[in-house]
Amino acid sequence: MTKVTLEVNGKKVSKEVPDHTLLSVFLRDNLNLTGTHVGCDTSQCGACVVHVNGKSIKSCSTLAADVEGSKVTTIEGLAKDGKLHPMQAAFKKTHGLQCGYCTPGMVMSAVDLLQTKKNPSDQEIREWLEGNICRCTGYQNIVAAVKEAATKM
Amino acid sequence: MKSFNYHAPKDVKDASKLASSNSAFLAGGMTTIPSMKLGLASYKDVIDIKNIKKLSGIKVSGKTVTIGATTKHVEVAESKDVKKAIPALAKLAGNIGDAQVRNRGTIGGSISNNDPSACYPSACMALNAVIHTNKRKIEAEKFFTGMFETALKSGELVEAVEFQIPEKADYQKHPNPASRYAIIGVFVAKHKKDVNVAVTGAKSCVYIDKDLSKKLSSSFSVSAIEGTDVKSSGMNSDMHASAEYRANLVSLYAKKAVEAC
Repeated sequence: MTKVTLEVNGKKVSKEVPDHTLLSVFLRDNLNLTGTHVGCDTSQCGACVVHVNGKSIKSCSTLAADVEGSKVTTIEGLAKDGKLHPMQAAFKKTHGLQCGYCTPGMVMSAVDLLQTKKNPSDQEIREWLEGNICRCTGYQNIVAAVKEAATKM
Repeated sequence: MKSFNYHAPKDVKDASKLASSNSAFLAGGMTTIPSMKLGLASYKDVIDIKNIKKLSGIKVSGKTVTIGATTKHVEVAESKDVKKAIPALAKLAGNIGDAQVRNRGTIGGSISNNDPSACYPSACMALNAVIHTNKRKIEAEKFFTGMFETALKSGELVEAVEFQIPEKADYQKHPNPASRYAIIGVFVAKHKKDVNVAVTGAKSCVYIDKDLSKKLSSSFSVSAIEGTDVKSSGMNSDMHASAEYRANLVSLYAKKAVEAC
């Protein structure tokens, strides 16, 4: 067992968990933050993307113990005071989702992109989202959502 | 995933003491963790080396670029020093996997794993890299010994990779559309005296194509390798590409790389 202390969505949390606990499991099972999805569980689909110290990573391929002491932001941490984050609002506005399973990961990846690149091109958005797989939308409206959010962020 | 004991030592000595035949060093974990989850690997002890400060960072001296083992792909891709000294290396790092993999994956992890389709081993071979471990220095050519096999002994840890700065270089990859691993990757480096053409993804292990290297050493131009018959024997054949297709890609991407130099 190992004690993992993190700051998740601005709140300090500390839990005793088995050493092999993945960050995705820690968030979902220990903190009940089930907005972080586990899709493929083989690090390809990106449904599990969260931010660790501001950078997007795949939480299903990261040990909770490995990010000890870090600041973690999940999809639940984006909306402020009941108001959607501009990226969430853009996904809603452009209908950048259908079933919604990949959406938390898509949104977290896209937010990371706009942190480093203010006005990415379609090509840059598509390349950045290589690690996020969507089986419904065909990606067109996801790209549109990221472009829309870029005008608001 | 089977349970294990997690350790995060602060120096190489402690990391080395914890190592056994039933342990693994963990850097970014982009291969180790998925392998453990799939049951392809299991260890009693997982030794996370992220807290060992001296293993991270990029240093450029007159003739070489030295990259610490736990330096992440994103750091190499965005490094002004690497972009200036060996732009092909920064480009290679910037096209590994996806953004999230580049935010976690490390150069030491990549070369220690020696995936036959990984990008970094080709750069090590073409740029006459020297692999620094906690025990010795190993030339790239002697480091990559076979499929997922390296010259590393039990408990031996890669500390840094020292690349020779070439006159010119370029890396061209035909990526698997899903994983972005190289179906074929060709790293061409023109050094003062000779040219190295390193190929990844084609066979069970990265290698130097001696014929292409020799031809480009005599004359560094696309025409020098025009019509070279790259043999498909020993090349991988799978659902993504036949051996013959890969052989053709090697020649095609070598030309692309020379053109881009």
